[in-house]
Amino acid sequence: MVGATYPLAFTLYPYRTCVALGAPPVRHPVLIIGGGPVGLATALDLGRKGTPVLVLDDHEGVGIGSRAICFAKRTLEISHRLGAGRAMLEKGVVWNVGKVFHGPDKVFEFNLLPEDGHRFPAFINLQQPHFERFLVEEIEKARADGAPIEIRGRNVVAGLDPQDDHVRVTVETPDGQYDALADYVIACDGARSPARDMLGLSFDGRVFEDNFLIADVRMTADFPTERWFWFEPPFKNAGASALLHKQPDDIWRIDFQLGWDIDRDEELKEDNIRARVDAMLGGDVDYELDWTSVYTFQCRRMKTFRHGRVLFAGDSAHQVSPFGARGANSGVQDADNLAWKLDLVVKGQAPDRLLDSYSEERIYGADENILNSTRATDFLTPKSDISKIFRDAVLQLAGKHAFARPMVNSGRLSVPCVYDGLSLNGPDSLAGPERTRTGAACPDAPLGDGYLLDRLTGGFTLLAINTATPDIAQVGGIAVSHLTLTTGDDPTGALTARYLGDTPAALYLIRPDQHIAARWAKATATDVETAMRIATGQGA
Amino acid sequence: MALTLSSNIQDPDGFYDELLATHEGLSKDESDALNARLILILANHVGDRAVLREALQAAKE
Repeated sequence: MVGATYPLAFTLYPYRTCVALGAPPVRHPVLIIGGGPVGLATALDLGRKGTPVLVLDDHEGVGIGSRAICFAKRTLEISHRLGAGRAMLEKGVVWNVGKVFHGPDKVFEFNLLPEDGHRFPAFINLQQPHFERFLVEEIEKARADGAPIEIRGRNVVAGLDPQDDHVRVTVETPDGQYDALADYVIACDGARSPARDMLGLSFDGRVFEDNFLIADVRMTADFPTERWFWFEPPFKNAGASALLHKQPDDIWRIDFQLGWDIDRDEELKEDNIRARVDAMLGGDVDYELDWTSVYTFQCRRMKTFRHGRVLFAGDSAHQVSPFGARGANSGVQDADNLAWKLDLVVKGQAPDRLLDSYSEERIYGADENILNSTRATDFLTPKSDISKIFRDAVLQLAGKHAFARPMVNSGRLSVPCVYDGLSLNGPDSLAGPERTRTGAACPDAPLGDGYLLDRLTGGFTLLAINTATPDIAQVGGIAVSHLTLTTGDDPTGALTARYLGDTPAALYLIRPDQHIAARWAKATATDVETAMRIATGQGA
Repeated sequence: MALTLSSNIQDPDGFYDELLATHEGLSKDESDALNARLILILANHVGDRAVLREALQAAKE
């Protein structure tokens, strides 16, 4: 159980003999299983807020292989709030142009045309090991500042025993076994989640009968920094679709859709992979294979993401196809949603049932992601003769007519969902822009030398634009900070366009995860207090 | 706007002729592809999702 099962890209938290061995079990407010992107982001957020958190990982760092490579604006904004966004942006490859081919013909190209006035671009490409490394580096900094975060490498969770007021966690290490007690456990242990199995929980959904070959190649080629996608690629043995996309460090992601009936071992032989890659790049390009893998995928989710004191986040709770980059990105949004709620509950400032809203909100997000990812997959791998006929018709028409281009679906790229109509939402009493309605994640906007989101730093914020904030500093011990702006603070007009629209003034109550809890044209302290109670699970 | 199911095409015989003529000389696969393109072009022209939904239903009945 405690032997490493994959080689590491970076050793980040080397194994040390644990003080817990042979000692009576220690109680931890929060224990996180899995030091991937979701577990690390949750730990960093909780630790920065002062809630002690213990992370157990079955390895000593992050495994090799780029795996997730597309990180979306919202993920970068969350990472920036946690301190790691700038390093990710510096390392990442920014891209905007995508080209779609059908056979040898370019059908059309798109430009993500990122809206001005955001700190972060729509997307960067960055290998998952770098993403995790930046989070761990930020955790080290937070620890130096006194954040109570501990990561234990090669500490494998072997048993979960939920009790009324805690969970007993059995942990195996190279030097033996110990038990830890946790008020709450967050299982961020991936799509094959051992924690899910230990609790006997199901994970249902749809299996897609297709295999994809990933070949990450290292080369100094002068292909442009664009996403190139082929339906029915013209090069030999490329399968039903192919993708070429640039990553940092001169690495290029190449993806071939191979179909269902394949010999996995045969396809993974270097000669066979090279034959395909040569056909795609042309025989005279020098490259080395950096990482290869064959994967299949499923779209599925758990029925609920909360099981008493055990919460599931990221791939352990929901799984999507890779088209649209909705895996790691949605997992980081889970972390963003869960950390502040758990922090308030652990500190006794909000009732335990606030955690039910984590499951409610993130199931809503997961269903949106599964819907988008399933639709993309149905376009990529038509399931019947007639769906293939329509798919090809769309591709033919898209080459000539603008109307068909929006129907071409090689993945709808991840954007945060709006928690429309869910339990934590207060009133939406402003005739303001739709994009900043109650439930939405705050869009960024330039503000002086910085950006609006820099000012929303992880607590509740009352944002007043062209009006005064009501006199309220806290509700039930939960601080409410005030941010008062005028159109004079809005050098580009983006704040006005995104938060006022045609209205002269507005008041927004913003949650610690930068989602909008309520908004008004004008509000009293009592209105704000009521909305705060709803947003913290204390509503009627 | 509701789906028009009363006669709305002038010279229906002439249109029917043109429709068949468009398919003339095509293989089954080519005709299937043409029909799919035609459906998509006409659906975009209609645009209204409620009308399209009615049309899908009417075609299925």
